[in-house]
Amino acid sequence: MTTQTTAPETPSAPAAKAPAGLLPLPEKAARGLALGGSALTVLSTFLAWTWTADFPGDLTVYGYPGGLQVLVLIGALLATLLAVASYGVRGLGRLVPAGPDAALRFATLAAFATTWYTVLSISSELGGLVNLEPGGILAAVASLAAFAGALALPFQRPEPDPIDPDDTGWEKTKHSLGHTWQTTKAVFAGGAPRPVGKLPSYAEILIIVAVLALGLTVFTYGIGTEYDELFIGFLITAGFAFAALNKAGLIAQASQITARHQNITVCGAFVAAALFPFTQTDDQYATLGVYILIFATVALGLNIVVGLAGLLDLGYVAFLGVGAYAAALVSGSPSSPFDVHFPFWAAVLVGAAASLVFGVLIGAPTLRLRGDYLAIVTLGFGEIFRITANNLDGTSGPDITNGSNGISSIPNINVLGFDFGNQHDVGGFTIGRFANYFFLMLIITAVVVLVFRRSGNSRIGRAWVAIREDETAALAMGINGFRVKLIAFAVGASLAGLAGTVQAHVTYTVTPEQYLFAGAIPPNSAFLLAAVVLGGMGTISGPLIGAALLFLIPNKLQFLGNYQLFAFGVALILLMRFRPEGLIPNRRRQLEFHEDAEAPTSLTKAGA
Amino acid sequence: MTTDTTTQGGAAVAPAPGETVLDARGVTMRFGGLTAVRDVDLTVNAGEIVGLIGPNGAGKTTFFNCLTGLYVPTEGEVRYKGAVLPPKSFKVTAAGIARTFQNIRLFANMTVLENVLVGRHTRTKEGFWSAVLRGPGFHRAEKASRDRAMELLAFVGLDHKAEHLARNLPYGEQRKLEIARALASEPGLLLLDEPTAGMNPQETRTTEELVFAIRDMGIAVLVIEHDMRFIFNLCDRVAVLVQGEKLVEGDSATVQGDERVVAAYLGEPYEDAPGAEEVAEVEAAEAGAETTAHAAPGKEND
Repeated sequence: MTTQTTAPETPSAPAAKAPAGLLPLPEKAARGLALGGSALTVLSTFLAWTWTADFPGDLTVYGYPGGLQVLVLIGALLATLLAVASYGVRGLGRLVPAGPDAALRFATLAAFATTWYTVLSISSELGGLVNLEPGGILAAVASLAAFAGALALPFQRPEPDPIDPDDTGWEKTKHSLGHTWQTTKAVFAGGAPRPVGKLPSYAEILIIVAVLALGLTVFTYGIGTEYDELFIGFLITAGFAFAALNKAGLIAQASQITARHQNITVCGAFVAAALFPFTQTDDQYATLGVYILIFATVALGLNIVVGLAGLLDLGYVAFLGVGAYAAALVSGSPSSPFDVHFPFWAAVLVGAAASLVFGVLIGAPTLRLRGDYLAIVTLGFGEIFRITANNLDGTSGPDITNGSNGISSIPNINVLGFDFGNQHDVGGFTIGRFANYFFLMLIITAVVVLVFRRSGNSRIGRAWVAIREDETAALAMGINGFRVKLIAFAVGASLAGLAGTVQAHVTYTVTPEQYLFAGAIPPNSAFLLAAVVLGGMGTISGPLIGAALLFLIPNKLQFLGNYQLFAFGVALILLMRFRPEGLIPNRRRQLEFHEDAEAPTSLTKAGA
Repeated sequence: MTTDTTTQGGAAVAPAPGETVLDARGVTMRFGGLTAVRDVDLTVNAGEIVGLIGPNGAGKTTFFNCLTGLYVPTEGEVRYKGAVLPPKSFKVTAAGIARTFQNIRLFANMTVLENVLVGRHTRTKEGFWSAVLRGPGFHRAEKASRDRAMELLAFVGLDHKAEHLARNLPYGEQRKLEIARALASEPGLLLLDEPTAGMNPQETRTTEELVFAIRDMGIAVLVIEHDMRFIFNLCDRVAVLVQGEKLVEGDSATVQGDERVVAAYLGEPYEDAPGAEEVAEVEAAEAGAETTAHAAPGKEND
């Protein structure tokens, strides 16, 4: 509905038109509508939206918002704030360093999409619109009005390309569709944010703390969503609200500030992550937390191999498996053929060393290959590991891994009398089993982040990137390509092994089927690679966020069932089409966009 | 292990003028049945700029690749300061021969400074553990490398663009950056593969000055080029490669005066005989074509 009135095709249209909105409304009325609609949406969340508590989240209460209403409230509050800021109110200008209008459009879209999603799912689940209370209808109308008002705000229309008179009908259709698309993009295009000025460092650190606190809150909320509708609503609101903040220029400014205090940001992020178990009342979501952390850590290790050195490794999960098996074999489990029980530190060393050896063994013959061939061979080795583990069961081969039953009843880690399997009370908070492992895993993640940061920004890291960029030139610069690649492979492998040692204890059991190439449950090789690509290659936060999303989404959207992989594929294709650099573009990419000589992309692309 | 041999090879040891830096003897490169380079001898002395010219497809770049270890010559050997070159290109660079490429091959997504730092790879030896542990030695080496890289960038006039991405540099500056990156490996011999390709006359002149300045640093230069004015201004000696064989070698005047060189470039027949033969051949073919055309219109007799 956003697009039908656009597309002034005639090439003879007056060139210098006054900027106008998508919908024909005077600017003042549009702005008023956006503000009024948003404010009314805020109000409506305090009303009842439906009459029965059958719809999850209890939206029947007057007086305070519940469930999805909270999300709508957040979106609408953001929209109201931005709408007020768009009037040029003093002081609020700081909130919108890149101009308020595009941000306002996204914020109203966030409120509108969440509201309508709620209203529609109430109607469809309870059987018809009659189940809506006036509050729900008010919310729907108000959020629609706000969104319409935001769309009616003037924007810079792209010039239509002249039409070739020889075009066939199909080409003309394509042309007009292309122009419509350009216009739609221009509607949501934001300006360039002004660089953030130098603030006193305490203020900057406070901003970092606030950003991290916000991140922790959003993450905790997302992980704790109890029913499908709430999680989908959460995704809608969070996605569009993030886009709004991005268009407002706040994300760019925040990343500038965090870039100035990198060490503080990294430490702060770990503190924030360490606070996560304290926000949980039971162990249910800490479980998710520790699995996400394992997945994310392995993805980060893979990022060294793929993101820095550019070696496409499709069998990476095997290294996690080697680490897990190694730790399981020396854990004192009754199904392990070795009757030993190593202390945890020794098990970690064994796991990492086993993965290292395995990595070098696989890397030495395969790293002479380039590109696709390497990918295929690593894929093969990943499967070889799994099948070998399956067959070392005493009948097909020596009894080491206990075949497809795996090594089970792996005891909990006990470090200096601290039993990870028991609950502990820390300052009034109960820290359960998974929370214990969460903290342990966090230390491993910290090690991986440290290795990634330090090796990435050094002689060896530059050599990795050089090999990725142009192997022939790198060799001509004196880089021993094979050796450097082998180091990348070995480092990546031992980091995955490190995570594997913890994973073995967390999951109690290690079986070959945990280490597939592709499956519905992360971590597997395909999902690991997807987390890296989705999050942003060569960055630290990218794979962490990518892994969190890739773990949470299938986990929360159980109703997708067999369509999970399909939905995942579609999402990946869309992402590659619209944001090929990943969610978190790395510094080099950012630098690429910060060139002053470059024209804004919307202009250059409109001409093409 | 590669690093101990390097310090001797580096430019830090100023070579005595006249000392032979590069000595290629009887270099032959065959790809299956094709002989791309046949029995080429070439020496480059310290403090010299030597040019290598020839028509397209003469085997210049193949010869270059033989010198830099990208190819291992089928026959013959290449010696750098008396030692036979190792057959791997990274070892050749470590030994002291650096090169640029005909088609610019920068690390496009790295910054200008990082590109030069990569060139320092062979002259530093901080490994993975040093990078992770970050001892004082690491910081010292890193700082020394950065200082040296900035010096080199200043030398080619790119120090103000150190933090730009290499891909965003204009063409001429990319060429300069490639030279700076090659210099960062502290070579005793620099091989330039068409350094002025695609440049305007002004840029060509600055490149010329740059090459002279590099020579004055005590680095011998071997340069492939199609721009004759550039070559004859620049080079102390010029070798001409035609169809994989060295035709002439000498100073500018000798090479410019040699009629075989002119013939190789302009395509004149060496003697009358092939010309007359060709004429006869063409006439015979035409006559034959006429008769066959009359006799059997659809027949292909070639």
